[in-house]
Amino acid sequence: MRFSRLVFLLGMIAVCTPATAANVDYARSEITFVSRQMNVPVQGRFRKFSAKLDFDPTKLAAARAEIEVDLASIDTGSQDADAEVGKKAWFNTSTFPTAKFISSAVKQAGPDKFEAHGKLSIKGAGQDITAPFTVKRTGDALTYEGGFILKRLQFKIGDGVWSDTETVADEVQVRFRIVTTGNR
Amino acid sequence: MKAAPSRYTGVAIALHWLIALAILCTFLLAHIMTDLPLSPLKLKLYAYHKWIGVTIFLLVLARLAWRLAHWPPPPPASMPAWQHSAATIAHFFLYVLTLSIPISGWLMSSAFGFQVVYLGAIPIPDLIGKDKAMADQLVQLHEALNWLMALVVALHVAAALKHHVIDRDDVLRRMLPFIKQRSAAKK
Repeated sequence: MRFSRLVFLLGMIAVCTPATAANVDYARSEITFVSRQMNVPVQGRFRKFSAKLDFDPTKLAAARAEIEVDLASIDTGSQDADAEVGKKAWFNTSTFPTAKFISSAVKQAGPDKFEAHGKLSIKGAGQDITAPFTVKRTGDALTYEGGFILKRLQFKIGDGVWSDTETVADEVQVRFRIVTTGNR
Repeated sequence: MKAAPSRYTGVAIALHWLIALAILCTFLLAHIMTDLPLSPLKLKLYAYHKWIGVTIFLLVLARLAWRLAHWPPPPPASMPAWQHSAATIAHFFLYVLTLSIPISGWLMSSAFGFQVVYLGAIPIPDLIGKDKAMADQLVQLHEALNWLMALVVALHVAAALKHHVIDRDDVLRRMLPFIKQRSAAKK
């Protein structure tokens, strides 16, 4: 029967796929940020991103993270600003639609505490960043939580008149929570 | 027994004109800033608008506290009772509006998800969370209260000018700094 063969084939593919490629549960995952406008902390987030995580605390040398953020999916907290930050002076999303983080190394920083080192690329600029994070296990789900300070002017996010850091601070606190399921 | 004062105290006069100036500034600022395209200037003007609003709220509280200890001079004996009542009602409205307008602006800012940080240094807690529908309603309220205040201020100014120009009494003069009263000058 052809159908049962197909099912068998798909089953084999599923079984043979490396166990380390855990499924990201996007409904429970988020990338948020806090910018400061006139020293007022303003919450924002990205609605769409994709993450590929290979993580085994006993094999840190093999750990790898790749996160791609759809910059147009930004929610800055106000509609005016959502339209503004797609423009050339900010993310220039028509030319640079995504931000990408690719880890180069993951190091242990304490019990259940780690540091992801890697390159963050936004708007054609790349910067090495370090993002401390924690990992919590509940059943077969792993929750990665962490963050880092992004200096927006290093990526020319908010160029020209917007480079005035008195109005919009250079430092943006980025936070992430990524939940993966199906971890053994 | 102490004679009733014929003038407002220096502190009351200073607070009155300071608050009047701040209201005029922030009222005009509101009309300029809302029409601006998003820019650093717009963000700055919104911040200044909010800071002036908080300042007005504090100055009005100070004025009320001062008023408790330093009762205003009585109206001229020649003034009809209905005018006295009208003035009392108008003044009551001015106090209520100059306190409630900053509060509505504060709530509105919170509902938009922007906390008010007074002078960029003192965060004022959000009483309500981010809620777009609520924010839109508070905009309506903030604007309606402002137009009501503009109306009462117009009446207030018209009445003061009427006293000064038509009645030729001391009602405006007793609130003016550096000016002697007509009755005092006659002595």
